[in-house]
Amino acid sequence: MASIEKDSVSGQMTTGHEWDGIKELNTPLPKWWVWVFWATVIWSIGYWVVMPTWPTISDYSRGMLNYSSRANLGDDLKAQQASRAKFTAMLAATPLEEVSKNKDLLNFALTGGKIAFGENCSACHAAGGVGVAGAYPTLADDEWIWGGTLADIQQTISHGVRNEDPDSRQSEMPVFGTGDPLDKAQLDQLADYVVSLAAKAPAAGSPGEAIFVERCSACHAEDGSGTAALGAPALNNNLWLWKANAKQSNKDVVLAQVTAPKHGSMPTWAGRLDAATIKMLAVYVHSLGGGK
Amino acid sequence: MDIANNAAPEPVKKNAEPALYAETKIVQPRAVKGRFRNFKWWAMILLLGVYHLGPLLRWDRGAGAPDQAILVDMAGRRAYFFNIEIWPQEVYYLTGILALSAIMLFLISALAGRIWCGFACWQTVYTDLFVAVERLIIGDRPKRLALQRQPWTGAKLAKKVTVWAIWLVIAASCGIGFTLYFGDAFEMLRDFFTLNASSAVYGTVAVVGGFCFLLAGWGREQVCIYMCPYSRFQAAMFDEHSLIISYEAWRGEPRGAARKDQSFEGRGHCVDCNLCVQVCPTGIDIRKGTQLDCIGCGLCIDACDSIMDRYGLPRGLISYDSTFNLEARAKGEKAKLKLVRARTVVYAAVVAVIGAAISFSLGTRKDIEINVLHERSPLFVQLSDGSIRNGYTYKVLNMVRKDREFTLAVTGLDGATLEVVGDDAGEGPQVELDVKGDEVGTFRVYVSAPAASTDGKATPMTFVLTEKSEGHQIQSNTVFAGPDR
Repeated sequence: MASIEKDSVSGQMTTGHEWDGIKELNTPLPKWWVWVFWATVIWSIGYWVVMPTWPTISDYSRGMLNYSSRANLGDDLKAQQASRAKFTAMLAATPLEEVSKNKDLLNFALTGGKIAFGENCSACHAAGGVGVAGAYPTLADDEWIWGGTLADIQQTISHGVRNEDPDSRQSEMPVFGTGDPLDKAQLDQLADYVVSLAAKAPAAGSPGEAIFVERCSACHAEDGSGTAALGAPALNNNLWLWKANAKQSNKDVVLAQVTAPKHGSMPTWAGRLDAATIKMLAVYVHSLGGGK
Repeated sequence: MDIANNAAPEPVKKNAEPALYAETKIVQPRAVKGRFRNFKWWAMILLLGVYHLGPLLRWDRGAGAPDQAILVDMAGRRAYFFNIEIWPQEVYYLTGILALSAIMLFLISALAGRIWCGFACWQTVYTDLFVAVERLIIGDRPKRLALQRQPWTGAKLAKKVTVWAIWLVIAASCGIGFTLYFGDAFEMLRDFFTLNASSAVYGTVAVVGGFCFLLAGWGREQVCIYMCPYSRFQAAMFDEHSLIISYEAWRGEPRGAARKDQSFEGRGHCVDCNLCVQVCPTGIDIRKGTQLDCIGCGLCIDACDSIMDRYGLPRGLISYDSTFNLEARAKGEKAKLKLVRARTVVYAAVVAVIGAAISFSLGTRKDIEINVLHERSPLFVQLSDGSIRNGYTYKVLNMVRKDREFTLAVTGLDGATLEVVGDDAGEGPQVELDVKGDEVGTFRVYVSAPAASTDGKATPMTFVLTEKSEGHQIQSNTVFAGPDR
């Protein structure tokens, strides 16, 4: 250790430290700076006293102000609910068809509906109601299995499809081709006709048409436009609920559904979501693009 | 430049503990008269005047809009500066102004040293004002030093409390002045003094005023030396042509006390009166050369000039001069002011570019802005008739205070129809959009087109918004998504 000396260039004292001939100048910190440091230490002690700070074995020190961000959140949520109360009441009082007439109420319903949809519906119907090809129907297009009016949508959400709820949507596509008069050739003719129907060029006078009119038109209608009340989808368009990917031919899709029909189901939501939320969901789903 | 410390290293007590903390020396600057002092007073009056009168100015913007000329409306998310109204997404103007201020500070430093620090910085202005209060109540430097040494008596306490009370009033007005820029000034003033203002107002006044009180009352030169980063990087701005406060050592040395009528033959002009040190607000000796503690206020020049006058010597022993000129004069060469240098030209060019960019942007600022957001879930929907539909969120930012009516159509997509969600008008080749004044109109727009009109995954498409009254059009390019072909 070198001795403490005055540096000839700067006039400052050295600290007495020396490394490889390099001496360190002593530039003392101003004392007030140190006081500021101690002031922050004292502040922290005050903070321990007034604010929740220390964990204990089963709890934590509460502090004199009894501050709690969790309680604040509860208060904020209550305040938010209170601020929504006006619209919630308005929504309850407004018939479903008239919600869109009040822009503020519509905005409230769409925003709330979007959040409820994300939490409850998007697991199957995907974000934005785009659906899953071959499994869950798209809610954003203009084809509806069970009807696309606001009331239809509200009914479907409230009670679901093919579940234990006595009010749920019920229907069954019968099985053709096993122990049924239709043999393989007839099934083939029928499938060809349905494909031509979807291409909007129905093969009039074909044997398939006769089978369709006899066996299918009761539910799917003679022109293939379907019957929403029975959950019989329209067949006269190029939208295929049970087509899982583009590689599958339309004919295979028809044949599969005729010989081994799939039946979609949807849970009932009336017990899980309140009436206001279902109303908001109906408005939101209706707005996704397909609402009638 | 260092004259005082050219002695050989002198060993001090061996292995003595080095002092790690330095006592704060209280600087009690002496009053001085002169050019720079006058300039400092005028600068103070001007700056405090602008600061305090700024929020009181009115500017008519019509009904429903604030009539305060300069206002930052946090709750309403608008900033007003006379005829300019800034929306939150235009906060880049603030970035531009900050960048401009920084480069202007560099330019002014390269040209004329720390004149910002010496005359314009709020720390300087308020410290100067606080010292003036001390001078008024207690007296000039000798009296203040004497009072500082005195034990705490009733008389000392009375004087100190008077000073602190006046400081507190000034600090409070500083805090109030700041707060007034964030709300209607007259309303806020009335609420403030009738105790009806919000806790945010009182809190802001307390924080800003409290720091003014602390930093100008007790911080003073410590703020400039230890807190402000500017003194630390001034060396990077200066070159040998920058004007700085400089002491002409070649003329002043060797210094020494002098009688009034003595000859200055064979000795320096500095009479070692120490006045330059006593008037310095940061308490330094400028004769040691420029140093980071020097804020460039020029009060030592005033002090030295008054002494030079008394001895009949030429002024400017301490002067605003460049190191280049200092050396030139020492050699008897001609001194010259060189303002145009690579450094100053580059700084000035950057200032000009940023300034021009801001002015151009403000001058051509539109009163409307469009945001188009193509919805991604789903990207597109196939409809039962075989056509394709895309959803868009179309936002119209109406930045004037009048309601406006538009029609929206698309080009680049044959047979396209539009529909606004929640609008009863239904589908058509164009839709009508109404936007209220000073509001953002948000519309969900569905665009449908026959599959044959699309080029597969992404078809370029343009939204065309037409203002009904003026026929003025705004186009926004976007894409129309469809199935792969």
